[in-house]
Amino acid sequence: MTLKLLGAVSGMAIVASTAAFADGHASPEAEVLHYWTSGGEAKSVAVLQEEFAANGGTWTDMPVAGGGGDAAGTALRARVLAGNAPTAAQIKGPAIQEWYEEGVLADISAVAEANNWSEVLPAAIAGHMQCEGTWCAAPVNVHRVDWIWANAEVLAANGIEMPTTWDEFNAAADTLQAAGIIPLAHGGQAWQDATVFEAVALGILGADGFRKAFVDLDMDAVKSDGMVAVFDQMRKMRGYVDGNFSGRDWNLATAMVMNGEAAFQIMGDWAKGEFMAAGKVPGEDFLCLSTPGEGFLYNVDSFAMFAVDGDNKQAGQALLAELVVGESFQEVFNLNKGSIPVRTDVALDNFDSCAVLSSDDMAASNENGSLLPSYAHGMALRGAQAGAITDTVTAHFNSDMSSADAVQMLANAIANSL
Amino acid sequence: MTKWLEEHMPKLVLAPSFIVVLIFVYGFIGWTAWVSFTRSRLLPRYEIDGLIQYDRLFDSPRWDTAFTNLFVFGFLFIVIAMILGLILAILLDQNIRTEGAIRTIYLYPMALSMIVTGTAWKWILNPGLGLEATVRGWGFETFTFNWLVDPDMAIYTVVIAAIWQSSGFVMALFLAGLRSVDQEIIKAAQVDGIPTWRVYTAIIIPAMAPIFLSAFIVLSHLAIKSFDLVIALTGGGPGYATDLPATYMYTMAFSRGDIGQAASSAMIMMMVVFAIVVPYLYSELRTKDD
Repeated sequence: MTLKLLGAVSGMAIVASTAAFADGHASPEAEVLHYWTSGGEAKSVAVLQEEFAANGGTWTDMPVAGGGGDAAGTALRARVLAGNAPTAAQIKGPAIQEWYEEGVLADISAVAEANNWSEVLPAAIAGHMQCEGTWCAAPVNVHRVDWIWANAEVLAANGIEMPTTWDEFNAAADTLQAAGIIPLAHGGQAWQDATVFEAVALGILGADGFRKAFVDLDMDAVKSDGMVAVFDQMRKMRGYVDGNFSGRDWNLATAMVMNGEAAFQIMGDWAKGEFMAAGKVPGEDFLCLSTPGEGFLYNVDSFAMFAVDGDNKQAGQALLAELVVGESFQEVFNLNKGSIPVRTDVALDNFDSCAVLSSDDMAASNENGSLLPSYAHGMALRGAQAGAITDTVTAHFNSDMSSADAVQMLANAIANSL
Repeated sequence: MTKWLEEHMPKLVLAPSFIVVLIFVYGFIGWTAWVSFTRSRLLPRYEIDGLIQYDRLFDSPRWDTAFTNLFVFGFLFIVIAMILGLILAILLDQNIRTEGAIRTIYLYPMALSMIVTGTAWKWILNPGLGLEATVRGWGFETFTFNWLVDPDMAIYTVVIAAIWQSSGFVMALFLAGLRSVDQEIIKAAQVDGIPTWRVYTAIIIPAMAPIFLSAFIVLSHLAIKSFDLVIALTGGGPGYATDLPATYMYTMAFSRGDIGQAASSAMIMMMVVFAIVVPYLYSELRTKDD
C-alpha cells in the first residue's frame, strides 16, 4: 500500500516536473500560513488568492484561526521544527528577524530589487523586511495605532474640539465627565492598556524619546522624568474610563463611542472598520485625529518567506512577493481591510478621509524621522521585552501604584527580559 | 513456546503503552527540564546555560502574582469545596424524599465545562450586567459587588466559580462515603442515645478518611491545572491579577516566544504537583506493604 502510494506520488512528481520543463519555466506554487480568518480579513486575503491564480499560480491556503496569531505561531513552529516550512507565513516586526536567526528564511532580494521596493516603501518599514541586508519579507499594509476616535455629536453638544495636546484632552474629559458622559471608552485587556500607553508615551516623550525608550531600550530614557509624566497621564486616563471596563473587547468600546455613551477611544484604525460597518461616515458621525503629539506609530502586516526547495515553490514565492507589494493588490486589499497601502505611490482616490490623513501623516513622518514602530503591537520589540513592558503598564493601570514605582518596575522588567 | 508466551504475555501486552508513557510523559518531562536550563526563545535550543530562566522567573512580579494566586486559589477552593460538599452530603443523607432529584441538581454543574462556568459567571459577576446591576435595579442603589473588576478581589471570583462547579461532585463522593460506613455501628450508637452530631463527628467522618484523601487529590489537581476557568472568567485580568502558573506558562510559550521561561515555570508547577502526590503515593504504597 505504502509502496503503491509512493510510486503514485513519484510518478506524479515526474509528470509535474516534465510538464514544467516542457513549459520552459516552473509553475508557481505557494502555501501560505496566515491568521486572517474574520469576515473582512478573509475577504482581503481572497483578493490575493484570485490575483495569484490569475497569474497562473496554485495557492494552498493554510488559515489558522485565533486573533493575534498565537495559534498560527504555534502551527508555524510545529511545521518548521518538522522541516516542512510553508512557502510564506504572516509574521511581523522583529519576529521576522527572530525567525531569520533560526536560519529558516529565504532571500527574496531579486524580487525586491526588480520591483524597486527600496524606492516605494518608507525606509523605516523597509527595514523590518530586511534580514542582515537581504530582503526576507513582503509588507502588506500599514495600520496606524495612535488614533483617537470621537463621537461627533457628543463633542458638538458639549462644545469640544478634537484635542491636540494632552492638557486639552484632560480638560475635554473633565467637561464630559461633569456632563455625565464617559470620556474614554476603553477595554481593560493588557494589549489595550498598552495601546493607550504608547499613544500617551509618544505624545509626552516625543518621537526621539519614544525611539530611545521603546526601540533602543535605552535605560536612561526608560527611567527619565518624561516616563514618570507618562505614567501620571495614564493615572488620569484611568479616571476617565467607566468602572466596568475590565476585560471588555475593543469593539465593544468602539460601540460605546458609536452610540454616544462615551466620547473618545484610543485605538488603531481597525476601529474605523467598526464605524464603517455600522454605516457611519467619517467627519460627520465620527471624527478621527492622531493622538496628541507628533509622530506616527505603525503596525505593518507582512509575509515572511521561508526557505523552500523546488523550482515551483520558489517561483510561487517570487510571484507572491511581487503581487503583495504590487500597486493593484495594495489598493484593493487595503480598501477591504481598512488600513492604508504601504507603498507611498498608490493613488488614494477611493479611500476615506481618515485613510488619506493617515497616508499623508505617514509620508510626513517618514520625512522628519518620526515614523515609529508600535511597541504594543509587536513591531518595535521582541515578544519577551514587549511583554515585560505590557505587564508593568497593565499592573500600574489596574492598581494605585505610584508613577515613580511604575518607572522602577518598568526598568526592572526590561532588564529581566533581556 | 506456549509456556514462554504464557509467562510473558502480560509484559508483551503492556509493553507498547509502557513505552508510549515512558516517552511522551517522562521523556517530555526530561526535555522540558533540559529546555528550562537554556536560553531558548522562539524555538528550543539545547546549549545549557545554568539557572538563568529560574532567576528570571523568581525575579518576575507577574510570576509572583501567579504563584501566590495558585496557593490562595488552591487553598480556598479545596477547603471550601470540601466543607460545602460535606455539609450538602450530610443534609442529603437524612432519608429525605426527593433525594434523587436534589442530588442531580447539585451534581449537574460538574457536567459543564469550565469554559461554560467561567463565561456564565463572567456575566453574573459583571457589575454592569449581572448581580450588582440587578440588585441596584431593585432599588438598593448603593449595593456594590465589583470583585470581578477589582484587582485585589478578582482571584476570589475564580474561587467562587470553581466551588460552584465542584462542590456537587465532592458531595457525591462524600455521599457514597457516608453510605459505606457500617450501619451496625451507627445503630449501636443511636441505641446508646448518642446525639446525631456526635455520631457524625466521632464515628462517621473519621471512618471516611480515605474519601477525604481522594477528594483532596482530585481537587488539588483541578486547582493546579486550572486554566480554562481563568481564561473564560477574567482572561487573567484585571491587569494580570488573576494569572495562575498555567496561564503564565501559556503566555510565555505561545504569545511571547519565550520557551525557556515557559519551561522553567512548567518545572516549578510540576514540583508543586510532586509535593502533593509523592507523600500521597508514599502513604498509599506503604499501607499496601504492611
